[in-house]
Amino acid sequence: MTTLSPADYDAIRLSLKVALTATICSLPAGFAVAYAVTYLRFRGKVVLDVLVNLPLTLPPVVVGYLLLLILGRNGWIGRLLEHAGIRIVFTWRAAVIASAVVGFPLMVRAIRIGMESIDGRLIQASRTLGARWYDTLFTVILPLSIRGLIAGSSLMFARSLGEFGATIIVAGDIPGVTQTIPLAIYDYASSPTSESMALSLCIVSVTISVVVLFFHEILGRRLAWRE
Amino acid sequence: MELQLTLRKRFGSFTLEMDHRFRGERFGIFGRSGSGKSTLAGLVAGLLQPDSGLIRLDGETLFSSAERINLSPERRRIGIVFQHPTLFPHLTVEGNLRYGLKRCAPVHRTIDFKTIVEILQIGHLLERGVENLSGGEKQRVAIGRAVLANPRLLIMDEPLSALDDTLRFQIIPYLRSVSERFGIPYLFVSHSLIEMRLMTDRVIAVEGGRITDDATADRLARHLMGTSMTGYINILHLGPCRAVDGLHACRWGDGELLISAGCNGEATTFELSSKDIILFKKHPEAISARNLLPCTVVDTFASGTRTGVELAWGSARLVAEVVHQAAAELEIAPGSPVFAAIKASAFRKLY
Repeated sequence: MTTLSPADYDAIRLSLKVALTATICSLPAGFAVAYAVTYLRFRGKVVLDVLVNLPLTLPPVVVGYLLLLILGRNGWIGRLLEHAGIRIVFTWRAAVIASAVVGFPLMVRAIRIGMESIDGRLIQASRTLGARWYDTLFTVILPLSIRGLIAGSSLMFARSLGEFGATIIVAGDIPGVTQTIPLAIYDYASSPTSESMALSLCIVSVTISVVVLFFHEILGRRLAWRE
Repeated sequence: MELQLTLRKRFGSFTLEMDHRFRGERFGIFGRSGSGKSTLAGLVAGLLQPDSGLIRLDGETLFSSAERINLSPERRRIGIVFQHPTLFPHLTVEGNLRYGLKRCAPVHRTIDFKTIVEILQIGHLLERGVENLSGGEKQRVAIGRAVLANPRLLIMDEPLSALDDTLRFQIIPYLRSVSERFGIPYLFVSHSLIEMRLMTDRVIAVEGGRITDDATADRLARHLMGTSMTGYINILHLGPCRAVDGLHACRWGDGELLISAGCNGEATTFELSSKDIILFKKHPEAISARNLLPCTVVDTFASGTRTGVELAWGSARLVAEVVHQAAAELEIAPGSPVFAAIKASAFRKLY
């Protein structure tokens, strides 16, 4: 077994940075969407549900290609950002967006399951005690969804670490810039001489995932005990 | 308090429809489960929306389909205590109690935190989490939380039904003292006639989404005596008692009753079913029942296959029940004397 090269360290660092950024940025939106589909009644709820879950069923490559169309130089968002001097495609930001979009359904699902388990009478009680809907949202629903938020974040983080298909299309495979662990492994695996290099990165990948899952389990258990 | 309800609400094949005006302080909504009484509570509190109608409380319109008014629950200032105490699991007992208090506008704040904690005897629980409280403690905290929000009307939706019998009647004095002390009018929803008798002045009976009766709780109990398994329940507030030959002699009205168990020397409330009173036309020479009261018939009423007999024993009143034929044989009529025999074990302590 060989040691990790400087480029491998770059990939690991980048993977963690992308996964963390994607998770943190998606959390408020994930909470908002989960709240909307769980508690609000509005027209087009089914459409929102389908849209949110779409990346779960689409091949990640398709998601990546659609993102490229939207965020690229000729895409409607890409063009706007170009005017503002921001480039997304083929930067680490694109990897963040790809991860966020692909992991979003998992996050929303986990938060939603947490919210659905909240006793509806607690919400009614808080309203009759004088709380407005947003007050109830922050003082009852949010604290009681904390397990769902942790589960959703862990899932999104883990999914981001494994993101490949959408990332390679919209962010490319540029060592030191957008090359995350899966992309680096893919590179090693395609060349016949670097089998052991691929294996060491695989071990790193497994280790990180195990740590994330442990973190999720332990935190979940501690909160369950407290409740 | 004046509460006007004119409303209609449909759920599938069930329709709740009523037109009623409540005037007073202590109201009951009585009915079996599925009769629509909890729905009614939800409609008043604003947790449910009527299909059409009008809800007015003390001159303020809470809901009006004609004027398109529908105040949200937090703006109605109506407190609610549910059957299962729905305390916030992420807050301590004190956090729960203060939840409504914090959100109450200073002008409406008349109820003091410390007083409520004292009345409900929950001072030692304040720091605790709510999960490891007993059922009775949880319900007391839930009552305190609702009252501390300074509501202008308190709805209690089967607040005692989840508790076992002993605990149920232990909570009643708390409920009464809280509402009496702060003068909060309430709507008490229950399927228990005895709770109605202890908690309310006036009751509407609801059946199939409609009001079937509007009377005092006592009058309702008399109407239902003939069809009830337990008969008419006499509620006796007994004074201090003393031990006599292994029994307890408790003060009641101008005399004393002999009771086998349940007294602890202080004033206590007991229940006695109308079925447990045997009437004699003449004095039986010897009898095993320890209480033989010479009474005068005050009034009689028919309820189903039974005749209810209201008796006066000095200043005290009792209701006994007999079948119609027995009433005829005993020649029961207002003014006639009878002897009422009651076993010492027939009394059951309420609280």
